[in-house]
Amino acid sequence: MSVTETPEKKIVQKDITLNMGPQHPSTHGVLRLVLDLQGETVVGVDPRLGYLHRGIEKWMESRTYHQIIPMTDRLDYISCMCNNLGYVVAVEKLAGITVPERAQVLRTLAAELTRISSHLIWVGTSAVDIGAMTVLLYAAREREFILDLLEMATGARLTVSYARIGGVRNDVPRDFLEKCREFTELFPKRLEEYDTLIRENRIWLKRTVGIGVMTAEKAINYGLTGASLRGSGVNYDLRKVEPYAAYDQVDFDVPLGKNGDVYDRYLVRINEMRQSNRIIKQCLDLLKPGPVVTADPRYAIPEKMYVMKSMESLAHQFVLMSKWVPMPKGEVYVATEGSKGELGFYIVSDGSGRPYRIKIRAPSYVNLSALPAMATGHMLSDMVACIGTIDIVLGECDR
Amino acid sequence: MDPLQIAKMVEEKFAGQVLDTATYAGQVAIMLKKEMIRDICRYLKDEPSLKMDLLSDLTAVDFSTYPNDTGLRFEVVYNLISTEYHHRIRLKVRVPEEDPRIDTVSLIWQTANWHERETFDLMGITFDGHPDLRRILLPEDWEGHPLRKEYPLKGY
Repeated sequence: MSVTETPEKKIVQKDITLNMGPQHPSTHGVLRLVLDLQGETVVGVDPRLGYLHRGIEKWMESRTYHQIIPMTDRLDYISCMCNNLGYVVAVEKLAGITVPERAQVLRTLAAELTRISSHLIWVGTSAVDIGAMTVLLYAAREREFILDLLEMATGARLTVSYARIGGVRNDVPRDFLEKCREFTELFPKRLEEYDTLIRENRIWLKRTVGIGVMTAEKAINYGLTGASLRGSGVNYDLRKVEPYAAYDQVDFDVPLGKNGDVYDRYLVRINEMRQSNRIIKQCLDLLKPGPVVTADPRYAIPEKMYVMKSMESLAHQFVLMSKWVPMPKGEVYVATEGSKGELGFYIVSDGSGRPYRIKIRAPSYVNLSALPAMATGHMLSDMVACIGTIDIVLGECDR
Repeated sequence: MDPLQIAKMVEEKFAGQVLDTATYAGQVAIMLKKEMIRDICRYLKDEPSLKMDLLSDLTAVDFSTYPNDTGLRFEVVYNLISTEYHHRIRLKVRVPEEDPRIDTVSLIWQTANWHERETFDLMGITFDGHPDLRRILLPEDWEGHPLRKEYPLKGY
């Protein structure tokens, strides 16, 4: 607090504590921030979470491994296939299940489609927060195409629940492959359209360059992963470092930033979309005819036509659906590259068909903890840009 | 570096602190005593050939209803990564039910701050030396720790 004396009156300055409440258009969900402001400058940020806490980890302890799959959709509800994939990869590592080739490629394809969809939402909403309103509607146009593709393949637009333990739910219809190829031809030109809207725009540059800078060492110490980490120049992408699904069979680059500011993270995510498009194109070429469910008889859910005809299949399907088969005792921590960063599942199994403990390492939760470090010292509107650049989804953050 | 080699290095440097080294599905977990956990973590982060600079996850497990479990009730689990050498390791420390406290590692990795807050909130483990240990996901006036096994799924 400082006191200035003028001939007319005493001017008193003090900090203000402002609540950026859970309902706010710029917080990307129900996020509450308690801000300490000196005028317009942020001197302290205290995120208050929990408005979307559903107790998912506790709930998962009372469900079978199969029943948990639709719930993983609701974690990061913008890029659902990435979560499904992360979960089933962890369960398959726990039980030692091999997944057939076609299923791996289909999983990779769907995961990259949802990654593009998530980044499109990100670019649209964070541009709108900063003031560039046109980008949102353009990005939504491409996202509609992706959601139509997902509906064709899986039956659902958003919460797909496509992955199964040991494979995928169903094979894709024939016209899906043609439409997907059409998407990969169309997408680079469209992406260039909305990239050029803001990439060299003077206002965008002023609002994003030098804002929210995180050096590489600080970013690693704060646990940032994903595009937020790569924007600071750290080459760490789990699809390259610990490949899963079909990522070791496709060729793609990992875009990196230099300065670790909002602008670099923007460039990283735009380029990631281009690389995802490249991966999808290669996946379409890699697809060969084959089964989409594992051959392991313990965990493979039998096809409906066998369930209706054979007694053994009927009994096995009943056991799988009602209480799942006993899994080996042990624990694994498996991390995959979700659209926001490292999505990890730590599963402790007690030998039954239900997990004893699942911990979901949510990238949004960890990335959000770096917000005070990023935003302190900037102005309030720059803090909004910082929230956008971290790319949080509250469903994953609060679980 | 092979994770078993990392476990051996920890065992040699901190004699008597390593209780067990377990391998499952290619992943190595070291069971430690809780007294020197801060020094062990600092060693793992600073040692040039290990450089475990990213704390990926810090959580706790309640073993009270685990079949045939003989140890203390809570287990605090640290999952560490090295962004340079790309190796991983898991550290596990058991803490008793009557006194669930352990040293904080939030001064070594800043990311541990929120992980420890969540573990305190949902499991009730206190982290000594934590700068700001309060509830994070549940309201401040919530009573009880929901992830413990005796807490009912639908609440009280």
